[in-house]
Amino acid sequence: MFESLGQRFTKVFSGLRGQINETELRNIQAEITAALIDSDVSVNVADDFGSAVYRKAVNQLELLKKSINPYASVFEIVNQELIQILGGNQRRMQFAKKPPTIILLMGLQGSGKTSFAGKLALHLKSSGNTPLLVAADLARPNAVDQLKIVGEQVNVPVFAPAAGNGVGNPVLVARDSINFAREKLHNFVIVDTAGRLGIDAALINELILIKKEINPTESFFVLDAMLGQSAADVAQNFHAQVGFDAVVLTKLDGDAKGGAALSVVSKTGKPIIFSAVGEKTSDIEYFYPDRIASRILGKGDIATLAEKTAAAVPQDLTEKLTEKFVSGADFTLTDFLAQLGAMKNMGSISKLMGLIPGMNPKMQQQVSGLDDAELVRTRAIIESMTPAERENPEILNGSRRARIAKGSGRAVSEINRLIDRFSQAQKMMKQMKNNPGKQNLISKNLPGLPNNFPAGLNMNAPQINSNTVANKRKKSRSGNPAKRALEENL
Amino acid sequence: MALFTRLISALRNRANDSAEFIEIEQQLLKSDLGIALSRQIIEKSKAISNQDVTTAIRSVLAGFMLTSNRELSKNSAGLTSYVIVGVNGSGKTTFSAKLANFLITSKVLNANIHMAACDTFRAAAVSQLKTWSERLSLNFISGADNADPAAVAYSAVKDVQSKYGDTSNHFLIVDTAGRLHTNSDLVAELEKILRTINKLTPVNEVLLVIDGSTGQNGLAQAKLFQEKVKVTGLVLTKMDGQGKGGIALAIENELKIPIKFISTGESATDLEPFSVDRYISRLLED
Ligand SMILES: Nc1nc2c(ncn2[C@@H]2O[C@H](COP(=O)(O)OP(=O)(O)OP(=O)(O)O)[C@@H](O)[C@H]2O)c(=O)[nH]1
Ligand SMILES: [Mg+2]
Repeated sequence: MFESLGQRFTKVFSGLRGQINETELRNIQAEITAALIDSDVSVNVADDFGSAVYRKAVNQLELLKKSINPYASVFEIVNQELIQILGGNQRRMQFAKKPPTIILLMGLQGSGKTSFAGKLALHLKSSGNTPLLVAADLARPNAVDQLKIVGEQVNVPVFAPAAGNGVGNPVLVARDSINFAREKLHNFVIVDTAGRLGIDAALINELILIKKEINPTESFFVLDAMLGQSAADVAQNFHAQVGFDAVVLTKLDGDAKGGAALSVVSKTGKPIIFSAVGEKTSDIEYFYPDRIASRILGKGDIATLAEKTAAAVPQDLTEKLTEKFVSGADFTLTDFLAQLGAMKNMGSISKLMGLIPGMNPKMQQQVSGLDDAELVRTRAIIESMTPAERENPEILNGSRRARIAKGSGRAVSEINRLIDRFSQAQKMMKQMKNNPGKQNLISKNLPGLPNNFPAGLNMNAPQINSNTVANKRKKSRSGNPAKRALEENL
Repeated sequence: MALFTRLISALRNRANDSAEFIEIEQQLLKSDLGIALSRQIIEKSKAISNQDVTTAIRSVLAGFMLTSNRELSKNSAGLTSYVIVGVNGSGKTTFSAKLANFLITSKVLNANIHMAACDTFRAAAVSQLKTWSERLSLNFISGADNADPAAVAYSAVKDVQSKYGDTSNHFLIVDTAGRLHTNSDLVAELEKILRTINKLTPVNEVLLVIDGSTGQNGLAQAKLFQEKVKVTGLVLTKMDGQGKGGIALAIENELKIPIKFISTGESATDLEPFSVDRYISRLLED
């Protein structure tokens, strides 16, 4: 999902050239607003979004007029707006100072609460926790049975003292579950509640009571990604009356454009924390707003790319490069060669293309000519260099280049081009290191695939290889050992 | 909303749209009709000059709806079967129960209802339908745990046909598992269920259940289900909620699938045969 919105945005900008003026900005505003509404973003949120982009752009119109590529700057404004809505940083789960951590699930009928409860339980359990599922949906026929079976499937105990099907009091069940969890030393409690409408006063009241009774560490609003315009109002109803801390987005394995998620986050200010991406109990993912934002804008999703390739790239290689990056050592052609070797294992380049930053459709087309054959040629060139040349490309004078050309059977111009691209990539790595906040700026200028590939690969995804140097540097961790252990396990 | 109106009219030569039309267009958008369809409706309404705006809009909206019969079709000779399909959580099982109740209470018929639990995938889906069947005193038919849903459908039909000589007043309601239209394996499973039933008795209706708060994705859902299993009617659920169900109009207009029922709550009686008038009022309601 979200990709089609990205394509719309790219289309808005791809046709734009020449003088920028207020009319152009109005057109951009209208097109962006329309693209958002087509993607199910609520009319009001889309309108605010478009207006904000226009306002920010028109405020710096004089500056834009002097710029070489004013539209890239407007695109950047859109990017910033999007990141701001989506919440920027990834939201991590909060933990109770004193266990158990209590998680309350709420949402409309059919949004996917019970399935998600099972997924979350499995996720917690497989990272060494002892969750308890609580059957507090006593309304829908056999919802209690459903949770019991889900609990069996993921091998997590279910607290289900009430029969359900209209019999029993969900407030009492929720309350008792906490005592039960304390006694039985469960460190997480996941309370599944009945689906309800945001305008059903009686049932909303019941939810308020449940929340009051259990005082959850985290309250999650479970949202069906296929929802339309009403999502914003529904979420606001839940938020204003009951209150929640984060949003869980379900049914993301379909082809919904996902605008409802944008409306909800924008209206409530609460971030998306998890997404559910299938019917298997393992189909749960953390949500990374910055990745999604860049995917929407066709700016690529380097982090996901890195995850996809993590298996193909040997761990020691990744670590070595990350260390180099952190220590400021030069990224050399030897490293580049190693990365090219790894790339061979990753399969089709064109498939990975959408994840690479700066790849607008036109560039994608150009680069799609960059097939395995080109990789092989690039390798041949580097392999024809001496180790000293690979470490220090600056020493590559005319005669050395001529020798390499002969050795690899390529034209000298090809050697030159490779060296050029490489030194650009090298420079960018340094820039990124010195100024990580400017990544967007840099990625927009990335000239092509092989040069930016290795740098970006390790740069943007420190959280994935949990033992890399960058990771240790970057993440702030709890000072409380027990809590930290939990955080790391999750 | 001032900016919205200004910018849209600037871009799309709509400087001559009156404030009233602009407001209605926004209302249509908020009801999930989508940009293209909302625009069409407004343009058509503007062309009507001899009526006030609301009357014009209403008649244009009605013009986008089918005029064909919205009644359920019935097998004149033998067992009538209705298959209920849709994405996860849209309200299929609840609707199956409501439909049974509807058939019983529409007194013209002397209906015998049989419920086939063909959602053998989701946890407790079978017992959910069983509970409904018990509440409404319906004949309930299920298979073994995790059985092939087509096999359950097969034995359900066989069961009814062999137990009763004349099945012309008998209805089989087949509840199926929720599936996303994009999951081709699961859609193929649905095709198999239908093929199997069709060999024994005609499938008289394939009813696609759509959550009334669904956004533009509803059209994608309907297109794919339509392509694979030939949907004969739409059921719009959760219309007691905040969704306006506008996507159903887009579906009916584009795919020519009639909306047959509106579901408005969680109990068996919360079901209305579709009424164009009421639906349009709702779309235009703030
Ligand atoms: N408010 C409201 N809730 C409804 C309506 N129809 C169904 N529901 C509720 O929506 C939830 C899901 O309904 P189900 O009938 O189980 O949906 P389903 O399509 O069978 O779900 P799966 O089989 O899991 O795909 C239940 O909590 C129902 O009570 C309706 O018209 N209004
Ligand atoms: Mg069901």
